[in-house]
Amino acid sequence: MLKFIKGHMASIDHIEIFPLISLAIFFLFFLGWTLYALSEKKSHVDHMSNLPLDLNEPKPSKS
Amino acid sequence: MELEKFYYDNKSVRNFAYATLLWGVVGMLVGVLIALQLFVPALSFDLPWLTYGRLRPLHTNAVIFAFVGNAIFAGVYYSLQRLLKARMWSDKLSKIHFWGWQLIIVAAALTLPLGFTSSKEYAELEWPIDIAIAVVWVIFGWNMFATILKRRERHLYVAIWFYIATFVTVAVLHIFNNLEWPLTFLKSYSVYAGVQDALVQWWYGHNAVAFFLTTPVLGLMYYFVPKAANRPVYSYRLSIIHFWALIFIYIWAGPHHLLYTSLPDWAQSLGTVFSIMLIAPSWGGMINGLLTLRGAWDRVREDVILKFFVVAITAYGMSTFEGPMLSLKNVNALAHYTDWIPAHVHIGTLGWNGMLIFGMLYWMMPRMFNTKLYSEKAANVHFWIATLGIIFWALPMYWAGFTQSLMWKDFNPDGTLVYGNFLETVTQLVPMYITRALGGTMYLTGMIMIAWNMIKTVKTGTLEANEPAEAPALAAKYTKVKGEYWHHAIERRPVQLMILSIILVLIGGVVEIVPTLMIKENIPTIESVRPYTALELEGRDLYIREGCNACHSQMIRPFRSETERYGEYSKAGEFVYDHPFLWGSKRTGPDLAREGGKYPDSWHYNHMLNPRSMSPGSLMPPYPWLIENSLSTKNTKGKIKVMQKLGVPYSDEYKANAVEYLTMQAQEIAEELSKDPNIEVRADKEIIALIAYLQRVGTDIKGSDGVWLGPEDPTMPKSMSELK
Repeated sequence: MLKFIKGHMASIDHIEIFPLISLAIFFLFFLGWTLYALSEKKSHVDHMSNLPLDLNEPKPSKS
Repeated sequence: MELEKFYYDNKSVRNFAYATLLWGVVGMLVGVLIALQLFVPALSFDLPWLTYGRLRPLHTNAVIFAFVGNAIFAGVYYSLQRLLKARMWSDKLSKIHFWGWQLIIVAAALTLPLGFTSSKEYAELEWPIDIAIAVVWVIFGWNMFATILKRRERHLYVAIWFYIATFVTVAVLHIFNNLEWPLTFLKSYSVYAGVQDALVQWWYGHNAVAFFLTTPVLGLMYYFVPKAANRPVYSYRLSIIHFWALIFIYIWAGPHHLLYTSLPDWAQSLGTVFSIMLIAPSWGGMINGLLTLRGAWDRVREDVILKFFVVAITAYGMSTFEGPMLSLKNVNALAHYTDWIPAHVHIGTLGWNGMLIFGMLYWMMPRMFNTKLYSEKAANVHFWIATLGIIFWALPMYWAGFTQSLMWKDFNPDGTLVYGNFLETVTQLVPMYITRALGGTMYLTGMIMIAWNMIKTVKTGTLEANEPAEAPALAAKYTKVKGEYWHHAIERRPVQLMILSIILVLIGGVVEIVPTLMIKENIPTIESVRPYTALELEGRDLYIREGCNACHSQMIRPFRSETERYGEYSKAGEFVYDHPFLWGSKRTGPDLAREGGKYPDSWHYNHMLNPRSMSPGSLMPPYPWLIENSLSTKNTKGKIKVMQKLGVPYSDEYKANAVEYLTMQAQEIAEELSKDPNIEVRADKEIIALIAYLQRVGTDIKGSDGVWLGPEDPTMPKSMSELK
């Protein structure tokens, strides 16, 4: 796989590092969002997930 | 805190819902018609605007942008207001958005059957309509964003994130894929050529699925499934990861539509890798949707809305597992160009999109009209007829796909093809096509039932056009709650969220597309490849007008089963003058990449007049008007000029005398045809141009047996190298 990238962009020095940088970016990105999601406070998560279920809304005649 | 009184706008929601029902019936009706045409070709009634090639784009555009599009707008307008505790920002913009979108649909319904098409799948509409789409889309985004900015709920629920990502990404995709050079009011040429055009098209095409049929519908799922189940989403934390992972990865997966084509290998691999990665976020979303029903499964038995939702989410899960599997090169080698792909697509559209939309409408409409659903029973019948319809649609098509693929690749011990005649692999599929049409008719019946049920429901109630609600105003300045985490920030900052979304989706596009556009080595040039003659260019436009690419590919993959059947596999350098590319994505008929010189001119003449006279059992409609219509040369010079502007190396001399050269070549073909005593045709007919094009396709690297090659030929534009 790396040889294709090198073949096309041979003029760039140390091109092999690019895919590693990409991998790091992706990994950190997901790690970041996972940490974000996990560290959310329970009360906040409850608030957010209850947003659609607004209790003030009128009830239909029959549900 | 003081409560503010305000009113939700239900009128706009209702209008979009009506439009959903109307266009749903129309779009699916066209779908059933073209399904029938595949085993009763006479159903085109020898009328140009009723042929499969022209109606197929009408069907896809109608169900994607008119049926699902209007449903998305209905759902967004309904849920956005309630999630933000605010009325839509401007009634006027809502109105312009609604009527603008319907006008675009009407324009599409008129232009596509008349043959005005750019030929790029799901982006067939010509440039004035493209501009209208961009304008109306921006109006939608503007209205949505202004509503977000004057909201009364500080934090944005995850559904709104999906809406924002949809808005920005579709805008970017639409603009870049539709960059075209106008020739006349309804004719333009893609600024990209060949491989580059293909890559941009499928970057768009795949993301039309991702950001039009998936992300907004996921947003609807995150709102309406909790609503209908009356319980919060299973895991809000999971929805956060689902969202960011999905939009980050989705944008990269487009090249999986071009596996084994002339697209550079590294781009193909990139498409595969990201497609496999997509399973994770997609299934995260599916699990989140299904588990929202935890503890409420008993209600699924009674509540027809939940039934629709369960089938929808299950179909989403199946489709998003199958998609990555189809992106594996070995699976794709079997599936591509076959009926497997429409089967896969329809699990997504009929299952995921359709069923979610039906559930949403059944839930939403009675509530807005302060009434109850007119007939629960009819809704239940709808559920079953639609679910069975999906099965009757997809199963035979999977079967057809496997059959086709195995027959294409079947070899005799001596190394020859068992089914050397492509037609044998077509006639074999007719029973499957009949069953598929039955499935489609069932699904359409369900669509008509919901339309009827909604009309009846609406009649029993009255629309609460302005639904009262109250909520405290948002404090002008946000005071941080003690102990709040830094990261709540993004949930209350819509503008930053939008910018981050744009950056994420742009990364994928830039990395894939820019190298292909910029680096010459990605598309090795071939010395013998020349621009089309004026007559061939006109013929190519007829090929585009008739939508031949709906059933015929022009891309031979490097497999022995394909080179044996069609000839030398296609090279990237062969397509450098193709504005737009015409690789196609489906082989209902055989590949045409090496069609040039395969048959005599008279064969093509008779075949277009009546395909079954040359190929008994063929499913292709006849094209008698090509023989009656005179070819218009009004724009020939203009076409050469546009091509020059796009980088095709025509000389000015060639441009000046284009019509003359065109006539010379046409007369030669007419003379050749007149050798057949049964053929009498004038040189100025459209069929001559189409024959010229078909006889040219793929001949540049094939050799010069009887086709227009060689610099001594005055009708032939000089190749790029000769001009230098």
